[in-house]
This record gives sequence, structure tokens and C-alpha cells, in this order.
Amino acid sequence: MFEVIKGALSLGLLWGIMTIGVYITYRILSIADLTVEGSITLGAAIAAHAITRGMNPYLGTLLALFGGMAAGFCTGILHTRLKIPALLSGILTMIALYSINLRVMGKANVSLLRMDNVYTVFENLGLEPTWAIITLGAIGVVVIVCLLYWFFGTEIGCAIRATGNNPYMVRAQGINTNSMIILGLVISNGLVSLGGALIAQNQNFSDIGMGTGSIVIGLASVIIGEVLFGKRNFFMRLISLAFGAITYRIIIAFVLKLGMHSNDLKLFTAITVAVALALPMIKDLLNPPKIVIGEGGQDA
Amino acid sequence: MKKLFAILVVLVVFVGLTGCTNSAKGPKVGIIQLAEHVALDSASEGFIAALEDGGYVDGENITIDLQNAQGEQTNLSTIGDRFVSEKVDLILAVATPAAQSIAGKTSTIPILGTAITDYVDARLALSNEEPGLNVSGTTDMNPIKEQIELLIKLAPETKTVGVIYNSSEDNSILQAKIAKENIEGMGLNYEEVTVTSSNDVQQATQSLVEKCDAIYIPTDNTLATAMPVVHGVVVKSKTPMVCGEESMVREGGLATIGINYYDLGYQTGLMAMEILKDKADISKMPIKSATKFDFAINGNVAEEIGIAIPDDLTEHIIDE
Repeated sequence: MFEVIKGALSLGLLWGIMTIGVYITYRILSIADLTVEGSITLGAAIAAHAITRGMNPYLGTLLALFGGMAAGFCTGILHTRLKIPALLSGILTMIALYSINLRVMGKANVSLLRMDNVYTVFENLGLEPTWAIITLGAIGVVVIVCLLYWFFGTEIGCAIRATGNNPYMVRAQGINTNSMIILGLVISNGLVSLGGALIAQNQNFSDIGMGTGSIVIGLASVIIGEVLFGKRNFFMRLISLAFGAITYRIIIAFVLKLGMHSNDLKLFTAITVAVALALPMIKDLLNPPKIVIGEGGQDA
Repeated sequence: MKKLFAILVVLVVFVGLTGCTNSAKGPKVGIIQLAEHVALDSASEGFIAALEDGGYVDGENITIDLQNAQGEQTNLSTIGDRFVSEKVDLILAVATPAAQSIAGKTSTIPILGTAITDYVDARLALSNEEPGLNVSGTTDMNPIKEQIELLIKLAPETKTVGVIYNSSEDNSILQAKIAKENIEGMGLNYEEVTVTSSNDVQQATQSLVEKCDAIYIPTDNTLATAMPVVHGVVVKSKTPMVCGEESMVREGGLATIGINYYDLGYQTGLMAMEILKDKADISKMPIKSATKFDFAINGNVAEEIGIAIPDDLTEHIIDE
């Protein structure tokens, strides 16, 4: 029981990094970016390629970050310079990445079993494997959240946030919204790819099918995080994304634990997530909220 | 605080629901399967049947826990955590990613694999003769040469053989390569098209039938699920098609000589018996190949395409 929660915690932290990436496009830029399904595999592919050729796993993981940023840049160019709608730009990059990922890996599945990875350093310190992942995952999430909190407080960061809220106002201030969108996509896909690299090293393989369903997991985690852990301030929101991802993994772990017929797994997962999302509504029905004046609206 | 309340409700509901599982009897066997699909399902079924024939009946003197990741690879990790935490006595991993995922989590629990083509390349074993680690099992390497010979036997005038597969499946790439060597070795021309998802299958097959006289399809997960589509195209163009395994023939292929995943799973189950009953050391158990191959010919498809089945093969016609 505790093992399962621990496993969910470790996976959730790694997916949390990816979720933060999804949040940047989905909530901050208000773009549904499907590049994610390709860039998560790209990160895994780059890390796997690097590690199997004897490169330092940390360096390989860093390369994965850059690879994802490049993917985000492509989507950004397609969207802003070539004026292709955002959804389609993401899909185009995602499709292109499928071939690129196969090229990077050289085949559809690269095994990383029994090879040194980023977690080995922590295991050598005497940590049990799952705790090593949790430690590194937690450090990663905290560092990324702090960096992003700082960055989105700078002038450029604020301009990116404003671009998602009201591009007309931002352009009126003399800021190039196209550059802001590209920058947002670059950061987002970099993080997704970084997450992919860490996930691949955790599951011991990189597989071309890894990205399947990842955008759904990312979005569900974003929403679960917001619903359960609030939207108090920007810092809390970033942290809540990791908690959202962890909660999602715990839900899946429990659904699997129930031992129901495996065909019903996805339906039950959807129902469980829907219930989690509906909880605030149910609570409001039982207990009508007081009207609050002066609080900022939701970001669209 | 309100949020905390909400989270607690969710967790309590879950714990309440999970409280009523688990009444373990005898040794525990965990089956971790990558996805729902005919071949993988049959392998699991064969495995369970072998245990039953050996005297281990699920729920009586053994607990078999079958978990399916539904094609989502991250779920493999969650299932693996669960098996390791429950300290199962043996794990059956169905398909390569399932085995890789679980092998990374435990180096002590014996893991048998099935529906895996190359254990060494997947870093699951040091060698096929002596795996040396906690993983062994059965390989689903296909008798490709025999299959192509069957195709030529059924369609002797063939000049060009087309191959269709999913370029993202390792096993398929490997098989296509072997098929190419065999086809060209027989002095025939080789053509191939690849797909990336079941959505591409119809167009890809259409383009292939225009370029060749006969089609060979390896054991490919995507093509296996899209056989009815392939069938629709080849029946119109009257192109004979040999595929990698029997369930694909049942779904609309013409013929095969191949692995029966049920038998392969059964064979894996026999290996499990050695481990559970005789306490065999898995690190010394060689990886086994399928020992018997089945002919299977779909009589209806033969009629639709207009192929006469040679007399010595008529006994293998399967009735729908």
C-alpha cells in the first residue's frame, strides 16, 4: 500500500515537470499545444540516445531540454510567422517529431535497463531507488518552480502572461506578441521534454509510443491541481501543478489496485477524474459560497 | 481547508473501495500486459491454462493478478510498483515494454516474458542460452522464411512481394528486414510501405497492391488490429496475403504458418511451473522459441481472392 503511494509520488513528481510545461501553454498562453505528445518522446529519445552512447546522464537530460525547446520553437514559428492555427501547428510538429524520434533512437524502443542514469547518483548515496527518484523529482520541481516564478515576474515574463490574457493590450504597449508566444512555447516544450527524459530513465526504456495520451494526462493534472489545491497566487499555482500530477497518479494507482476488469480501466479513470473535478461544484451545492468582491477573475 | 476536505473525501472513498480486495491463497503470480489485443490476450490465457493443467487453479491454490496497462506505458510503472509491494512470487510480462518496466523495479522476483522478440537487444537477458539475470521466457520470433515459402506456394506466379508494417515497432522492422533478405534470396522483387497508425492502413495497402502481386505482413500490433481494413483492400484487388500469425488470418488474412500465441503463453506457463514447483533458477533457464507452428488458411478469403488451396493444405482451412 505504502509502496504504491510512493511509486505514484515518484511518477507524479516527474510528470509534474511535464505538467508545468503544459500549464504554460494551456493556461498562461491560452493555447492547446499538441506538440507535447511529440516533445515528451523527443526528450526520452535524446536522453536514451545519449546514455546508450556512454554520455553523462545529466548531460543527456540537459540535451533533452534543449531538444524540446527546439521543438517548441518550430511550433512557434509555424504558428506566428506562417500564421497556421495553434492547434494545427502543434499537430504538425507532433507528427514531424514522430519521424525525428525514430531517427534519434534508431529504432522504436531503446532499453536503458541496468545503465547509469540520473537517479544512480542518489542511489549511490544509499537511497532506495524509489526514494532516489522522489528526491531528484522533488528537487527538480522546486528548482523549476522557483526559476519560473522568478522569470514570470520579470518584464519579459509578465509580457508572456499578458499576451495570453489580452494580446491587444500587450501590442498596444509596444510588445511583440509573436515573440512572446514563441518564447512561451519554447519554455513549455523544453520542460515537457525534460520530463520525458526523466520519465524514460525511471521506466528504463524510451519507446516511440511513450507520448500516447500524455496531453490528456497533462491537462487532467493541471485541472486537478487547480481544483484541489487552489488558485491562490502564482507560486502556489505552480506548486499545485506537481500536486495535481501526483494526485492523478494516485488515482490511477488506486484504480489499478481495485483489480477491476482491465477493459474498464479507462472508463473508471475518466469517472474518477470527473468526480474529482466536480467536487467543488458538489460542495457549492451543499454549501453556497459567499459572494466575494475584489478578487481577480479567472484567467481564460 | 475546504480543498483539504475534498481531497480527504476522495481518498477515503478509495480506501473504502480497496479494502475489500485481496484474499490471497498459495503463491501469487502477477501478469503485466502492455495492451488489449488478441495476440497478447491469448498469450496470457495460454499461460494461465498451463498453470491450471499443472494443478494451480486461480483462486484455489494460486492467486493470479492480471493487470493491463491499456497501452499507456506509464501505467506499467504503477502496476510494477504494486506487484513489487505485494511481493508476488512470479511475474509474467507480456510484450517488451512491460518486461523492461518491471525488470527495472526488481532484480529478485523471477520475471517470465512472452511476446518478446529479442531479449538481449532489450537488455533483459545477457544471452539467450543463459539469461544470467531474473528474466527469462519465450520469444515470438516468427518463422518468416517458411511464411514466405507458403506465400509462393499459394501464389506461384508471384514476381513482386509487398510488405506492410508499422515503422515504429521494433519487432516489425526486424521482421521486414528478414523478409526482405528471404524474398530477394528467392529471386523476387521486394516492395514495402510503412504505416504509423491504424488510420494509415487503408491507403498504404491500396498503394501496395498496385505495386505487387502478393503481400506479406509480419506480426505487427497495428496491422493486427487493422486486418479487416487490409482484407477489404486485398479482396478487391485479388492479392494473396500471408500474415505473421493465426489471429490475423482469422481477421481476414489468407494464410499463415506461425506462432500461436496461446501455445507460446502455454509454453511460458510450463516454465512458470518449473519455477513455482521445482524452484528452478530463472537465471539459468534458456529463452525458448516456439516449438510448434500452425498452418492456418482462411477458406473464405481464399474463395474471395480466387486462390485454389493445394490438396496437402486443405486440412488446415479454418472455418469461420
